[in-house]
Amino acid sequence: MDLIEFPAMGRSDLRELRIAIDGAFREFTRAYGETLENIFHPIQILLVFIENLLIDSPWILVLAALAGLVWALGRSLKIVAGTVLALLAIGYFGMWEDTMRTIAMVAVCTLIAVVIGIPTGILMARSDRSNATITPILDMMQTMPSFVYLIPVVMIFGLGKVPGVIAVVIYAVPPIIRLTNLGIRQVPADVLEAAEAFGSSARQKLMDVQLPLALPTIMAGVNQTIMMSLAMVVVASMIGVRGLGQPVLQAINNQYFTLGVMNGLAIVAIAIIFDRATQAYGKRLQKHLEAVHG
Amino acid sequence: MAEAIHDIEIRNLYKIFGPNAAAYVDSVKNGMTKEELKAKHNHVLGLDDINLTIPAGKIQVVMGLSGSGKSTLIRHINRLIDPTAGELLFEGKDVVKMSESELREFRRQKTGMVFQKFALFPHRTVLENTTYGLSIRGVSRREADERARRWISRVGLDGFEESYPNQLSGGMQQRVGLARALTNDAEILLMDEAFSALDPLIRTDMQSVLLDLQSELKKTIVFITHDLDEALRLGERIAILRDGRIIQQGTGEQIVLRPKDDYIASFVRDVRRGHVITVRTIMRKGAQAESPVTLPATTLLEEAARAMTNAEVSRANIVNRDGQHIGMITLSKCVAEMIAPDDTEEVDPETEVA
Repeated sequence: MDLIEFPAMGRSDLRELRIAIDGAFREFTRAYGETLENIFHPIQILLVFIENLLIDSPWILVLAALAGLVWALGRSLKIVAGTVLALLAIGYFGMWEDTMRTIAMVAVCTLIAVVIGIPTGILMARSDRSNATITPILDMMQTMPSFVYLIPVVMIFGLGKVPGVIAVVIYAVPPIIRLTNLGIRQVPADVLEAAEAFGSSARQKLMDVQLPLALPTIMAGVNQTIMMSLAMVVVASMIGVRGLGQPVLQAINNQYFTLGVMNGLAIVAIAIIFDRATQAYGKRLQKHLEAVHG
Repeated sequence: MAEAIHDIEIRNLYKIFGPNAAAYVDSVKNGMTKEELKAKHNHVLGLDDINLTIPAGKIQVVMGLSGSGKSTLIRHINRLIDPTAGELLFEGKDVVKMSESELREFRRQKTGMVFQKFALFPHRTVLENTTYGLSIRGVSRREADERARRWISRVGLDGFEESYPNQLSGGMQQRVGLARALTNDAEILLMDEAFSALDPLIRTDMQSVLLDLQSELKKTIVFITHDLDEALRLGERIAILRDGRIIQQGTGEQIVLRPKDDYIASFVRDVRRGHVITVRTIMRKGAQAESPVTLPATTLLEEAARAMTNAEVSRANIVNRDGQHIGMITLSKCVAEMIAPDDTEEVDPETEVA
């Protein structure tokens, strides 16, 4: 028996298998593609609305609004100053519009990730069985090369914003799910027992005790999700998402070094802004946990 | 104010820990020991045939060392732990048989609980912690705040309403725990080793706070402790738990004077007996003494000895609450009882303590 060569399935069988699966999927796309597109259409509307709002408003107002948002989250003048400087530089180097598109994209993706992620995380925290079921799915979502799941998304939705959002959300939602789950599971058992002893219902326990105590951890998940959706923006530009990713892709294809670096740095700048602002917010949430008494 | 008028009756309560607990109740009832259950079936016997009547308006102490099942027992009273068999009656209702929502109501209306590790909500201020019980049962914010503030002040935490638990010392945190439980204004107060995590001075201090409150509130308090001194100081009745069984119950005096077995005897050997035993217990009934010293029946031996020594006499007359003469005591008997007993000593069974 030949032990060197692996006894693989025959080449023609393999080809037929692939054709069969691809064919079936294509059938599915043809049958349900339009329905799915309709279902996801509100995402498109929301995204376009935010994009237009950011691009069509006077830049000074947008800048002020973003600075205000960062202040509201972090309450740190240093972070606000950094934000303003970075955005001014971005505008000066002609990347304002692309940056606004990217910010809109990241905002929508983060919003969707939060809406999906937190309830899923709660579900996982409350039932060990759903935890056991969902964990491997999350593992798959995080390790599967992102290009691979771009394929079915594009097959269903074609090129454009919506498939981009879906791809980014698939890539970016696992951390918020995981950290919501973790945050809730980390709530000390004795505190939960106290809530129970006072006669809390399951919902009261969740809203009054578990979620508030898990909030700093959940915020760390939101932070991760934002970072990952920013990273995915470049990849998503391959399926037609406009924004800072597109010039980067163009730069790769044409070996435009400066264009690539400039847009890359713009992504870095807004990543740092989002990161510092959300982290500062997370830290503020934990204020009460600081041991003041020795 | 909800003054306690209902006893808590615990009847034939069993708790077996393990996946298949119900299957072994009968074996345990038929005499299978904790060790056999562990060895044969790998299940742990937590509580073994507990029968206990906790009198309304009194402090019932449950004492035992770690692993004796005392924390398990107290968690059965508000059913944080479900028993494997048995009943627990309060106001004629079996807590064990209550539905989910009945149980929730029972916990909200009838019980308050204080925990060993405080278990305060770290994200809520002292005031918000204290109002928790009221807020989850839908009492308006204003009323809850008002009632909570009263209790915060009562446990001596004025001015700390807006602090977070982590900003307070252990003793202060447990005062919050106490205020949180009291604000519920329930008949039953469950205290699971409530003062064990505090250092000795603060612990004594908190015991005084509790006794002081109780003299006015008259709640039914179940107090768990591993500390005999604490048990004797607080407990109007004491039950001693070992390996999930109650091995003796009675007043502190009864337990110190007549330990049921060697285990309890070894416990009470180091007790300051003069601080626990009253003259009533060891007096010579009916006898009259030539002495200027007259003591009430509830005088502790230490105080009696001091009174006789100060007056330079060796005898004293004992009177009951109404001032009627009921007996006498000698200084030597008094001192002899205060010194740790030689184990053969018999106490006259006639002098049953009330």
